[in-house]
Amino acid sequence: MNQATLKDANTLLADMATQLRSLLEQQQITDPVMIGIQTGGVWVAEALHKALTLKQPLGTLNITFYRDDFTRIGMHPQVTPSNLPFEVDDQHIILVDDVLHTGRTIRAALNEIFDYGRPASVILVCMVERTGRELPISADIAGQKLDLTEGQQIKLNGPSPLILTLLENM
Amino acid sequence: MKQQDIQLDSEGRLRHFLTIDGLKRQTLVDILDTAENFSTVGSQNVKKVPLLRGKTIINLFFEPSTRTRTTFELAAKRLSADVLNINISTSSASKGESLLDMLRNFEAMFCDMFVVRHQTSGAAHFIAEHVAPHISVINAGDGSHAHPTQGMLDMFTIRRHKKEFHNLSVAIVGDILHSRVARSQIHALNILGVPDIRVIGPDTLIPKSADNLGVHVYHDIRAGLRDVDVVIMLRLQRERMTGAMLPSEKEYFQCYGLTPDKLALARPDAIVMHPGPINRGVEIASSVADGPQSVILEQVTNGIAIRMAIMSMTLGRSPVSDKEGV
Repeated sequence: MNQATLKDANTLLADMATQLRSLLEQQQITDPVMIGIQTGGVWVAEALHKALTLKQPLGTLNITFYRDDFTRIGMHPQVTPSNLPFEVDDQHIILVDDVLHTGRTIRAALNEIFDYGRPASVILVCMVERTGRELPISADIAGQKLDLTEGQQIKLNGPSPLILTLLENM
Repeated sequence: MKQQDIQLDSEGRLRHFLTIDGLKRQTLVDILDTAENFSTVGSQNVKKVPLLRGKTIINLFFEPSTRTRTTFELAAKRLSADVLNINISTSSASKGESLLDMLRNFEAMFCDMFVVRHQTSGAAHFIAEHVAPHISVINAGDGSHAHPTQGMLDMFTIRRHKKEFHNLSVAIVGDILHSRVARSQIHALNILGVPDIRVIGPDTLIPKSADNLGVHVYHDIRAGLRDVDVVIMLRLQRERMTGAMLPSEKEYFQCYGLTPDKLALARPDAIVMHPGPINRGVEIASSVADGPQSVILEQVTNGIAIRMAIMSMTLGRSPVSDKEGV
């Protein structure tokens, strides 16, 4: 991984869209559905969904009820429930998040998706793939890969404009 | 005041859910927002979320109930908890002692929550005072005191149709005196900032202290229903009829039964609610109960999401942390 500075979100989005188009072509997937993970993942997904001119509406996931740290951090009420406005069974799904860190969010999201049905495949797309994985999960497409220490955090502000910031020493 | 203390932990979060009285507005809004999220679980293929996996919940019903017990059971199951349903017909002798013995036995089975319905006011509160510190107690109706989860599911139903509380007129019609549902609704409506709460019924079925509840009392249903946004009908508890409180069911229906012509006095977009079970032709005409303004069955559906929210909020209280990412 690179110890580089953060790139601009729009540059990353354009690059991710290009990578994604070529991956879909290579896997001969013609009509995928896209799901963004709340909150930052939905913003990224909205941009990609538009760039790829996908036919089916964008789905959103609120993974609160699937988190593995409920007994430690308790319930944080949020106002936006999950919304998957399509059948999940046999679909090719593009799952989108802003930052891939420990992998626990993706684990929760996959579990939730499977409670809606059995997808044909899931492709994981992240704007930033950083170090610190705690589960065997990796992104199929990442806008940028970053080598960060435990104290460093990436935050995506949005939805418009999308701005990535690096926070030191939480 | 004491109840307010016992149902909150040292950081102001719900530990038990015994009464709406004394809770903060934000707590009620949090419950409604959380329930909104849970309302989509019913549309999943697998109608379950893993939140309370490994938790054991005991439904302790000392009084018969269909809707409340069933929706509590479904709510617990949709949260992946294990549920035991216990229906107890009480012996009147040494109730307090035997109840405590029973609690100790359930605690010895490592349960995490009691959902309690009891014919005596204050029963859930009494149990909450005596359970082990890790156990949460939810009041599923105690005597004529409170039925707080019903009160909350009614607020959820109102918010879904009316969006805001601060400009509403809400009428509650019928036996206010004996109704734990009405009491919980009135507390919730007041806390959520409803400016015009009306109670409508014969003098014998309105509590003498009604004025202290922050409501307007009407004995004439036609005057009381004028321009309201929400009409809540209460079940006429037939057992009260014998207490010479009312002349006859027929006469009650004539005076206080909700018929299409009386409902026409409310706003055209008014919704009609009822906690169930309904007595058709006693407090409500079938044409109204089954009519386009009725949201009675929606209330039942909403009861599941509200109970999921309250169960997970009471069991999910844990050391406060600002850690957001997983």
